[in-house]
Parts: sequence; C-alpha cells; structure tokens
Amino acid sequence: MTRPRSIGGWLLLAVLVWLIAYPLALVLVNAVRGPGGWTLEFVRTFLSRPTEWQALWDSLWISVASVALAALIGVPLAFLFARYDFPGRRVLGAVVALPAVLPPLVGVLAFLFLYGESGFVAHLVKRLFALDEAPWRLEGAVAILLVHAYSMYVYFYLFVRAGLASLDASVFEAAASLGAGRRRTLLRVVLPLLRPSLAGAALLTFMTSLASFSAPYIFGGGFRVMTTQIVSTRLNGDDSLAMVETVSLTLLALAALWLLRRSDAPQSAGTTGKGVAPERSRVASPMGRLALATLSWVLALVLLLPHLTLLLVSFVPVGTWTTEALPPAYTVGNYVTLLRDPVRARPLVNSLWMASLATLAAVAISVAAGVIAVRRRERAGPAIESLLALPWAVPGTVFAIALATAFSVRAPLAARFILVGTLWILPLAYLVRNLPITGRAVLAGFRRLDPSLDEAGASLGAGRWRRLRRVTLPLLRPALVAGATLAFVTAFGDFVTSIMLYTYDTRPVSLEILSSLRNSDVGVAAAYGVVLMLVSAAVFAVGAERRAAG
Amino acid sequence: MSAPFLVLDNLTRRFGVTTAVDHLSLALARGEILALLGPSGSGKTTALRLLAGFEAPDAGRVLVEGEDVTGTAPVARRFGMVFQHYALFPHLDVGQNVAFGLESLGIRGAELASRVAAALALVDLSGYERRRISQLSGGQQQRVALARALAPEPRVLLLDEPLSNLDPALRERTRGEIRDLIHRTGITTVFVTHEQDEAFDLGDRVAVLRTGRLEQVGTPEALYAEPATAFVGRFVGRSTTVPAEVIGIGPRGARVRVEQVEWDVPPTGSRPLPAPGAARLLIRPEALWLVPSAPDTLAGTVETRRFTGATSAYGVRTSGGALLEVYGVPGAFAVGDRVSIVPSRRAGGGLHLFPPDEA
Repeated sequence: MTRPRSIGGWLLLAVLVWLIAYPLALVLVNAVRGPGGWTLEFVRTFLSRPTEWQALWDSLWISVASVALAALIGVPLAFLFARYDFPGRRVLGAVVALPAVLPPLVGVLAFLFLYGESGFVAHLVKRLFALDEAPWRLEGAVAILLVHAYSMYVYFYLFVRAGLASLDASVFEAAASLGAGRRRTLLRVVLPLLRPSLAGAALLTFMTSLASFSAPYIFGGGFRVMTTQIVSTRLNGDDSLAMVETVSLTLLALAALWLLRRSDAPQSAGTTGKGVAPERSRVASPMGRLALATLSWVLALVLLLPHLTLLLVSFVPVGTWTTEALPPAYTVGNYVTLLRDPVRARPLVNSLWMASLATLAAVAISVAAGVIAVRRRERAGPAIESLLALPWAVPGTVFAIALATAFSVRAPLAARFILVGTLWILPLAYLVRNLPITGRAVLAGFRRLDPSLDEAGASLGAGRWRRLRRVTLPLLRPALVAGATLAFVTAFGDFVTSIMLYTYDTRPVSLEILSSLRNSDVGVAAAYGVVLMLVSAAVFAVGAERRAAG
Repeated sequence: MSAPFLVLDNLTRRFGVTTAVDHLSLALARGEILALLGPSGSGKTTALRLLAGFEAPDAGRVLVEGEDVTGTAPVARRFGMVFQHYALFPHLDVGQNVAFGLESLGIRGAELASRVAAALALVDLSGYERRRISQLSGGQQQRVALARALAPEPRVLLLDEPLSNLDPALRERTRGEIRDLIHRTGITTVFVTHEQDEAFDLGDRVAVLRTGRLEQVGTPEALYAEPATAFVGRFVGRSTTVPAEVIGIGPRGARVRVEQVEWDVPPTGSRPLPAPGAARLLIRPEALWLVPSAPDTLAGTVETRRFTGATSAYGVRTSGGALLEVYGVPGAFAVGDRVSIVPSRRAGGGLHLFPPDEA
C-alpha cells in the first residue's frame, strides 16, 4: 500500500502520550519539585530512611522467590500433563489453570478463609490436636509467597506446556538415537529449547509479583513491600515522598525488564518447523498409574480448595460463624442482598460498566494502532507500539499515582483536567492498564493477517471502512476476543488502581469486598468474590468458544 | 496495433537505493495477454502492483483507454487481481467471496445471485456457493479467485504467479483452463511469472524483465529466435555461451572463430552484427550436431548424456575447455566418446553473437 500522509497516526500518538507518558513524567517532575521550586529534598529523605530501602529490598526478594516457587510448581506440572497419559488427564489439565479465574483480591480472600488463623484448616488442626489457638498466623512474607506461588505458577504451567507442544517429536528421537538418556535429553536438549518459554514465564511472574498489591496489603502487616509502602505514604499525606517511592519502584521494574529481556537473547535456532508434538507416554505399570492418578486428584483438590472455600463461605449468614470448624448455618441471603439491596448492587453495576467501557476503548485504540503501525506502517507506528506496551512494565500502583497526579489539577493549557473524584477516572485508569493486554493481542493479530487480503478487498472496489468491517475485523476476531476477555477480567477485578482512585459513587466490587471484610461481613465478601470468579470464568469460557468459532 | 488499450509509460519505482522498476514502458491491445517474465528480483511483481495501484510510481503513468489512472486508488481502478496465494477471504464462503466485488458496485438481490452464479459457472464451479474456502482444493481455490476477480467485469485482469501454488501435475491443466477462460472473456490481461513455459503458453507476448528494466518484449517465437540481449537468450530456452572472435563480415553473416574452427553466424533479426574482435557466442542445443571424430572440426569429449525423447542432450567438453549442450541421436554416443561438433544442417540457426562484455 502506498504510504498515506494521514494525521490519524499522529493524533493517536498524541492521545497515548497524554494518557501514558505524560502522567508518568509528571510523577518524575513532582519527585524533584516542591512548593519552592526544584529540590532534591524528597530524594534525600527517601535515601536516608532504612524503611524505604527495606521496602524496595522486600519487593525485590519477594519477586525473585515468587519466580522460583512458581517455576518449581509450574514446570513439573507442565511436563506431567504434556508427557504422560493417565486417567483424568484432560479434566485435570483444565483444573490446573483455574487459579487464573481468581482476581488477585479474591484469591487473597479465599486464602484468608482457608488458611488464615480462623480459617478452615486452622480449625481442623486445632480440633485434631486440641489446641486453643491456631499454631500459625497467615501473615508476612510467607503468606504473600504462598498466594503468589498459587496464583503465578499458572504462567509457568501455560508457557512451558505451549513450549513443549511446539517441540518436534524428532528432537527427542534424535537425542535417543544419539544415545542420550532421559536425563541428558532433558538437560541438554529440552530445557535449552524451552528457554524462551521459561524466560517469558519468569519475566511475567517477576513483573506481576513486583506489582502485586492485594496480598501484601491484606497479609503484609508490618511487612512492607514498595507497593504498599507507596499507598501508606500517600495516605499519610506525604505526596512528594510517595512520588520518589513511585519513581524507585518504576526504576526497579524497568531494570528487571531490561535484565530479563537481555538474558533472553534472541535464540532463533529453536524449533521453527511445525513438527509433530511428541506422543504422550502411557504410564504402563498399574501401580504407577494409580500413584499418578491419586497424586493428580489430590493436587486438583488443593488447587480447587480456595474456590470451594469461597463458595461455602458465601452462604454463611452474617455473624453466625465464630468458633466452629464448619459454619453452622447456610443461606442464599448474601446473594439476595447483593442483587436486591441497591447499595450492595451498586458496586457490581459500577465494575461492569467501567470495565466494559475501558475494554471497548482499549480494543478500539488497539485496532487503530494496528492499522497505523502494522497495516500502514506509518512513521508514528513504532512510538505508538512502545507506548501501548509501557503500562505493562509499570506497576499498577505507579499508574494510579501518576493518573491521580496528572488529573487532580485544572490546567487546560497543560492538558490537565480534574478527573479525580469524577466518574471518569476509574474507567480511564482501567483503560490505561488494559492497553498493553489488548494491544499485544490485536497487534499480533494484525501481524498474522496476510496483507493481500486487504489488497484483494481494495481491488474488488471495497473502500477503507467496508474492508475494515467485512475483512479485517472478522479475521481479527480471535485476537480481539482474546485481548478483550483478558482486559475485561483484569479491569472487572481490579483492586490496585481502584483503591487509590475510587469515589463512593464509583466504588468497584473489590473495594466493597474490602469494606465487607472490615465489617466482618464475610458471607457478603465471599459472595462478591464468587460473583467476580464466576463472571471471570464465564467471560473466559465464552471467549474460548468464540475464538474457536472464529 | 490500433490505439493501445493499456499503456505503462516510463513507470519507475524506487525502494530506498534500489530501483525495483526502471523506466518500464509497455502497451497492450484490447484483449491481449502479456506475460511479465523474469527471475526473482527483476521487478515483475512490483510492476504488477504498480498496475493494480498498490504501489505508487515515483515517475511515469498508467493509462487505460487513454485515461490516466496513475493517481486512481485501487478501489476505483476497476482492475481485477488474482493474488499469488489467492487471498480468498477465509471467513466468507465461496458465494460471498465472489459477491464481494459485485456488492462494491451496489449490486444486490436477485441480480447479485445470478451474477455470482454466472461467474462460478465460468470457472466450472456451479453450485459451490455455500462451500467454505477451506473445503476447496488448491485448484478450486484458484478458480474461485479468478471468478471473484472477473465477476465485477474489470477492465484489466492482473495475475500474480497464478500457478506457483499448484502442484506440478495440476499446473498444465490449470494453465489450459486459464487460457481458455481469458480468451472466452476477452479481457486484457497482465500476468507475472518466473516460469518460461507458463509465459510462452499463456502470453500472446512476453516481456522479459531484468533488475527492473525491460530487456525485450515480443512473441515467444521472436524471443527465442531473435534474443535482443545475451540475458534474454540465456533466460529463454536452453543455451550455452562460449567466447568467440569475429574475424570478418561476409555475405552469410559474421565469420566467427570458436577455439580452432570457424563458423558462419547470420545476423539475429535486425540487430547489426558486431564489429570484428572479441565476442560471445550464444548457442542453442539444436544449432550444433555431433558426428564421429573428424579432422578440421571442433573436437570434444562427451561428459554427460540426458535422454529427452526424440533426441538426447549431450554435454560435450571441447578441447578448449568449454562445456556445450548439443542435441544428438539418442544412443549414438556414450560418455567418454571423442566426438566432433559441427553446425547443424539448418546452418547458422540458433547461433547468436553478443558483445563480449554483455553479461
């Protein structure tokens, strides 16, 4: 296609700069600017406080430990399900990915009910050993790591399974014909070939746990990571210090991104041919089959326990469950309250419309970016792509602070408006956080499209809009659906940006869960959690179906 | 030729430092089929895309019936195009694919259905309207692509390597079908190929391109018998090239010394004979003949033998070291035989002289 001189590309770039780069830049400026002008005072304060260094260090080691734990669980599971056949493999293969349908805060909630000091497991242990008190408290680094390992091993599991599926069976056969045993094949052939998958999963896990907020917020207690530190500093009214903290967390995230990307040097010698995936080996001995099957079912139960717990607790009437091992009474009253009571129903409606709006906008922007950057290869394209990916590398807390900073001032000449405290700030925040998710999916979709399809449309006399509607969008459907489902689920369960930007009128479900929990209204909190879980699962399921149909 | 129907006038397209299409000028009569033939990188595909309007030329014009369409968008150009990988819309069925271009013209309802049916009948796929693209064989997909391009009755049909995606067994039959179809519709057609057989079989005329430039345009017979350049000679048909020396011009053409013998080489078409001195001689395999070793002839040794049916192609190494391909009676000579190479009875046919520096 000839290169059209369109202003659309520059317009989109301007919007993205305004939404993404500008607020971040303002944070940087505010970190070194006080009422009296430029100053390094806040930076000095930050540097001189051991608590700040401690929080930064805690963020770092928790993230590294999360990567290690998630890999330890996820990689063996991926091998188990990809390489062995045993009864129940198919069902379990789906169950293993289930932690993904729990929004972070809901996962934390489930862990609290399950493993907390007044949770089911603690009750059971107390009853068994006739103890007065639970022998542990679910808090601090251990609790955070437990939640992280549970929710993030899925990345390793999915990435490594995909990596294994793309390996050609002939690779294994070649290794065997060269006399390499299982162990040597694994260490010298399979793991090196899986390196891109492992590096991708490690990067995703690291960034997610560096940005993790829900688990440290609920379980942290005195243990502070940088995300919770920022929020508490801001609640204390020390905005300038919060800016410096935000900058430090951003730098840590970008440094990690840079390091991990660099270690994952492009290694194109991988498997390029579309090979035949290796056959699963059937476990032959009956004892072995039994052992594997038992192990997998126990595992499935452990993985499903948080979901079941949440479901059970959601039927507990207010104030009835105190010291018993299992709740003494059950009711659907919590759900009725959720739907009937306008005050209780409001957060659901809020989350629904805000997440939907943000998702729609993110998809629209991503499609525009695809047309500009991939289809028409305009000059603004590379910058647009970088900006779309940027929010992925920056923790949600940072963006919350950045948006709160940029849009709490009215200065039309500086393109700043008061949006904080209005209906629009949360959808906007969700949009910014959704952009990397939808952008990645949609741009990849555009890259897979054969450009001659669009040219065929043009040579058949179809104008730009008709081609977009009749050819491009239908063909992009799998990518659009994938991007939109993931974005919607993320926004619908969002806690980390919401807690800093919500107002009473726009309070989302996650905040209502938090306040129910504070009021010891565990049944209602769990009921909200179940709704979040079910909506997420339903959206994923519908997404998978529509993708398959497309 | 009466007033040409389609004109490419000095088309030039540069990509950075490379010139993909370099001052290309061609003219087609209404209903003519022109093949753009060349090796990869010769600019033939870019030339086709310039015609379709997917690329804008840096210089030059495209005219249809005297109307300048250089600045006309592909959407409005009314040129039908069949893409190398067909570019059928996978989410639409066969009927919807064929209807796509008709809908652009505002055709709806019963007329749409009947024109789709007519286009499918043209490619012998009647009743395939509701089939999915993925259910079709490669050959059927190709015919759907043709039907889709022809349905809106375009002014010009463009085909990009129309047979390259088909397996060899299917190619020849499909070639025949395409030729019949184009002749039946009488549409002016330009197609791109790197296969000489395809160009000769389908094209009324063939334009040979090399690094963006037009080397020669003409009928297949003219290209073979009267190559304008050594490149055309080599690219079209089989040949070998040897160094030679022009020692004089006589009534029967140039007197040329090849190794230790002298042959007469008549002029190629209207091209003037080169001046005496060093030259390159392009030799068609049928221009020479093998005889048992005899004095005062070009001597050589048979190195390879390839049976082709009516004749065998012998690879003969001359005493001077050149390897010539020469047709001979099958089985007459064996590998290792000493032979003599003489001009065949159609004396001088299939011998062409070119300047020595021409690559």
